Amino acid sequence: MTDSVLHVAAEADRVPRVRFWHDLSFWGLLPSRLLMGFALILPIFIIAAVSVATRGAHGGFAWDFNLAGYRQILFNEGWTGELEFTPQYLLIIVRTFLLAGATTLICLLFAVPVAYFISRQPPGRKAALVYLVTLPFWASMILRVYAWMIILGKDGTLPRLLEYLGFPAGTSFMFNDGATLTAMVYTAMPLMVLPVFASIEKLDGTLIEASHDLYGSRWVTLRRVILPLTAPGIVAGAILVFVPSLGAVLEPSLMGGGKQMMMGTLIQLQFGGGRNWPFGAAIAMTLMALVMIVLIFTALRAARREVAL
Amino acid sequence: MSTRHDVKRYPGLGPLSVLFFIYLYAPLAVVVIYSFNANNIAGVWTHFSLQWYSSALRNTALLNALKTSLTVAAIATVVCTLVALCAALAIIRGKNVRFRKLSETIVNLPLLLPEIVLAVATLILFSLIDVQNGVIRLTIAHSAFCTPFAFLPIRARLQGMSLDFEEASADLYADRWTTFRRVTLPLILPGVFSGAMLAFLISMDDFITSNLLSTGGTTTLPVYIFSLIRSGTSPELNAIATLLILASLVLATVALLVATRGSRDNA
Repeated sequence: MTDSVLHVAAEADRVPRVRFWHDLSFWGLLPSRLLMGFALILPIFIIAAVSVATRGAHGGFAWDFNLAGYRQILFNEGWTGELEFTPQYLLIIVRTFLLAGATTLICLLFAVPVAYFISRQPPGRKAALVYLVTLPFWASMILRVYAWMIILGKDGTLPRLLEYLGFPAGTSFMFNDGATLTAMVYTAMPLMVLPVFASIEKLDGTLIEASHDLYGSRWVTLRRVILPLTAPGIVAGAILVFVPSLGAVLEPSLMGGGKQMMMGTLIQLQFGGGRNWPFGAAIAMTLMALVMIVLIFTALRAARREVAL
Repeated sequence: MSTRHDVKRYPGLGPLSVLFFIYLYAPLAVVVIYSFNANNIAGVWTHFSLQWYSSALRNTALLNALKTSLTVAAIATVVCTLVALCAALAIIRGKNVRFRKLSETIVNLPLLLPEIVLAVATLILFSLIDVQNGVIRLTIAHSAFCTPFAFLPIRARLQGMSLDFEEASADLYADRWTTFRRVTLPLILPGVFSGAMLAFLISMDDFITSNLLSTGGTTTLPVYIFSLIRSGTSPELNAIATLLILASLVLATVALLVATRGSRDNA
C-alpha cells in the first residue's frame, strides 16, 4: 500500500521529465524501424513467398504458386510424377537437431562446473577469468574453426602427437560429425559459460549452507539447490548455444566435408551451386520455424515459471 | 573452518577449470605457433621464421579483401551505432512509447533469427531490386545484423544512468540538443564506444552473410580466408590468422575495458 503511494509521488515528481523526452519515441525509433524493416522483415516476407514459388529453368524462380519446394524436403518426384519418400533431407534436419543438441549438452556439462568455480574466486580474479572466457568469442569465427582443422587434420597436431605416442600413423579426425561437433562446441562455449555464470553468481550462498545443515550431501545440494536456482541462466545459455548451432554453416562445411551436411549448408548450396531457390527458401523457412518453436516454447515456460513464483 | 570442510567447495573443480582454459586457448596458440614455422607444409615444424608474415603482407588479394572488409565494417559501424543510439534513447528515455517491448525486439531481431536465413533472404531481396554493387549490399546487410551488438551496451549504459543530470541541465535552461550534447552523450560515451567496437568486430568477422552477398570484386576477409582454407592450408594463412586473432583480441579487450571502466565510474 505504502509502496504504491510512494510510487505515485515519484510519478508526479517526474512531470518535467515527461515533457522533456516527450516526442523522442517516434523519431528515435524511426531509423531502427526503417533499417530492420528493409533489411530484415521485408526479406523474410520475400523468402516466405519464394518458398512457395516455382523453380526457374536456369536458377532463380517464377511467381507461380507451387509447394514443390516443401514437397522436396520429404519426397522425390519420379519421371511420371509419382512421389517417392526419400529421407535424405529429413536426415539432414535430424542431424542438424542432434548436433545442435549435443553441442548444447556438452557446453552445459563444462559450463556449470567452470562457472561455479569462477563464482567462488575473489573479485579481482573473478573479473579476470570472466574476461578470459569472453575473449576467444571475439576472435574470428572462421579462424577458430580453422584452428581445429590444424589440430585434427591430416598432418595435424593431434595425429602427430598420437603417432609420437606409438599409435598408427596417418589417422585423420576430419570430415565426420565428430569433427563438426568439436568445432561447434568450441565456437559456442563462451555463449554458455557467461549466462550460467551470471546466474550462479546471484545464488545465495546461505542456501547451500542450509542444505548442508539439513544433511544434504554435495551431490544432493547440487541437484536440489544449485541447479534449480540457476535454471534461468542455464536456459538462457542453452538458447544462445542451440539456436545459432541450428544454423551452423562454417563448422559443417569446413570440418564435416561436403557430405556431412547440416541445414545451414544445405540452404547455402541451393543459392550457390545447387541453384534451387524455392527449395532453399523452403528449408530456410523450416529452419526459421524450428527456431521460432524453440524460442516460443522457452518464453512460455519462463512466463509460467514467473506466474508460479 | 578449513577449506576441506567448506560445503560450497566441490573437489576437482580447480583442475577442471585449468583444463578448460587450456582448451579455450590452445587452439589459438597452435595457429600462432605454426605461423612462425619455416616449413611450407603447415603441420611440420622445421625452424623459426617470419617469412610467411612478409609474404602475407605482400599478398595483394589479401590486402584488397582487407580493404573491402574495413570499408564495409567502418560504414556499417557508423550506421548501426547511430541507429542503435537513437533506438536506445527512445526505448529507455522515451515516455509513453507504444510497443516498447516490441520495438526492442525489432532492434534485437537479428539475434533471434538464424543468420543463414537472413543472408539468403537478403540475397533474394537484392536480386529482386537489382542491387549489384557488392559494397552497398554488404553495408546494408551488415548494418542490420550489427545493430543489436551496438544497441545492448548503449542500452545498458543509459539504463544505469540517473535522470538527475539531464533534469539538472534542463533546469538550467539548456535546450534539448544542448543537454544531449553536453550531458547525456558524454555520460553514455563509454557504452557507445564499446558498442561501436563490438559492432565493428562482428562485421569484420562475418562469413555467412558476406559469402552470399559479396560479388567478384568485393571479397571480404573471412570469405577470402575461406577460399584459402578450401584450396589447402598454407603457412601464409597461419600468419594472416595470427595477425587477425591478435587484432580482434586487442580490439575486444579495449571495448570490454571501456565498458567495465564506464560502469564502475557510474556506480
